[in-house]
Amino acid sequence: MKTETNENKGNGMIARRSFLRYAGIGAASVGLLATAACHHDHTVVINQGVDIGTGDIGILNYAYALEQLEAAFYTQVISSPYSGISVSEKAYLTAIRDHEILHRNFFKAALGANAITGLTVDFSAINFNSRDSVLGAAKTFEDLGVMAYDGAGYLIQNPDYLTLAGKIVSVEARHAALIRDLLVPGSFAGSDVVASNGLNNALSIAQVLSMANAYLKTKVSAVNYNYVVA
Amino acid sequence: MNVFNIIAEIEKADPEFTERISPRRAAIKNITSFGSKVAVAALPFAFATIFKKAYGTTSTASVTDVLNFALKLEYLESYFYTRGVATSGLIPGTDMNVFTQIQADENEHVAFLKSVLGAAAIPQPTFDLTAKGTFADVLTNYNTFLAVANTFEDTGVRAYKGQAANLQGNEVVLTAALSIHAVEARHASAVRQVRAAHGVNIMPWITGAASVYNDTGVPAVNANYGAGATGYPAENNVTQGGVNLTTLASAYGSTTPYNVACEAFDEPLDANTVVTLVTPFFIN
Repeated sequence: MKTETNENKGNGMIARRSFLRYAGIGAASVGLLATAACHHDHTVVINQGVDIGTGDIGILNYAYALEQLEAAFYTQVISSPYSGISVSEKAYLTAIRDHEILHRNFFKAALGANAITGLTVDFSAINFNSRDSVLGAAKTFEDLGVMAYDGAGYLIQNPDYLTLAGKIVSVEARHAALIRDLLVPGSFAGSDVVASNGLNNALSIAQVLSMANAYLKTKVSAVNYNYVVA
Repeated sequence: MNVFNIIAEIEKADPEFTERISPRRAAIKNITSFGSKVAVAALPFAFATIFKKAYGTTSTASVTDVLNFALKLEYLESYFYTRGVATSGLIPGTDMNVFTQIQADENEHVAFLKSVLGAAAIPQPTFDLTAKGTFADVLTNYNTFLAVANTFEDTGVRAYKGQAANLQGNEVVLTAALSIHAVEARHASAVRQVRAAHGVNIMPWITGAASVYNDTGVPAVNANYGAGATGYPAENNVTQGGVNLTTLASAYGSTTPYNVACEAFDEPLDANTVVTLVTPFFIN
């Protein structure tokens, strides 16, 4: 059908133009609102997105993006706790919220003018009134954070930044172990996250962002690390 | 694993790779002869050595030194949990699954490091789990066992973190070290949860105050949470990357509480300090 053909062609052109803009601008946040009008009353809107950039700034922005996601999540958990939350669980989740907010604000301060923009989250898949839904999402975020830091460490060039990433990833792992034990006692190092050789799984930037973007309205890409938002 | 395909791939990504290896032919030859003598599992380490030479990473410790340092700590942890799990009446049945899981992971860490090091691996030392009498009842008093486990895990996290910069840029070995480091942190969290369940006032993460850097309630392990060599502050450090974390905003206002700043960042420890800390646990 002629209309579909035109739409496909239009999307392809937008995608290519978006890629060029990402690649050219690098670390700067990209306020990308591309609107394509077809020849009938139909518009294609591509979500606003950001690219992490390249080099150490890129990796720090990658961490900053994940910490923004976590901080926003726990902030909402504590502002509207799930039904039946215990005193100790609320204390644990409040402490984790505080850690993630500090991680986020630290990266923002450290990156200064190089920081990507504040991300808009999309938690529509999470039922904040349900303990299982909240702790399940928390488990996803914490395990993802650990695998992200472990998988991106080798890309860091400044040894001070590498040590800083190490200082944070072990705290994320402490969180992950706690959340997992709250869900299933004794699952702190379950076989879904720790391989049979005793090593925590690690994920590439592309793998992590494709999962994280499911919870973000502002999509995060990493064109220098082989990841463009579909 | 086909060694020569990998080299070809590296050359595609970095045409100057072979130029950086000096002397080129000798290095390639070494891979072949080395690879024929040791297990395939050792190959990533062989590459690590070459990469280190090729790219001139400025570190004071060789990859072999770092991995043997890690192996020494893993031998100790593995032995400790193996003895703990095997000691009748020490670990309550309700907690046993936690310690069999940790024991299994530590055993795997030993096996992994030995496979990577091959013939360069240090042999298993002999141990004194009482640390020359400091923890005389470590295998008869569960609370002492838990306190030592807590300290071993937290110190393991510090030790691995302290070696990250020595492995910098080395995708294979650094990623493996970071991945073991994360598992040690999971263990630390789990052991702290067990201690909390038995009435100890402790969180899964290390907290502190301006005057408190050891939150375990065990003064004998103060040094494990204290400062190491220059550049390795105590666990209650709140300055990261030149930023005083307490000056940043939080959910409580324009500043961050001191304990939150302690908790959110774990501190590394230098190898010499770690060795000094664990030496009492070794007989040879």
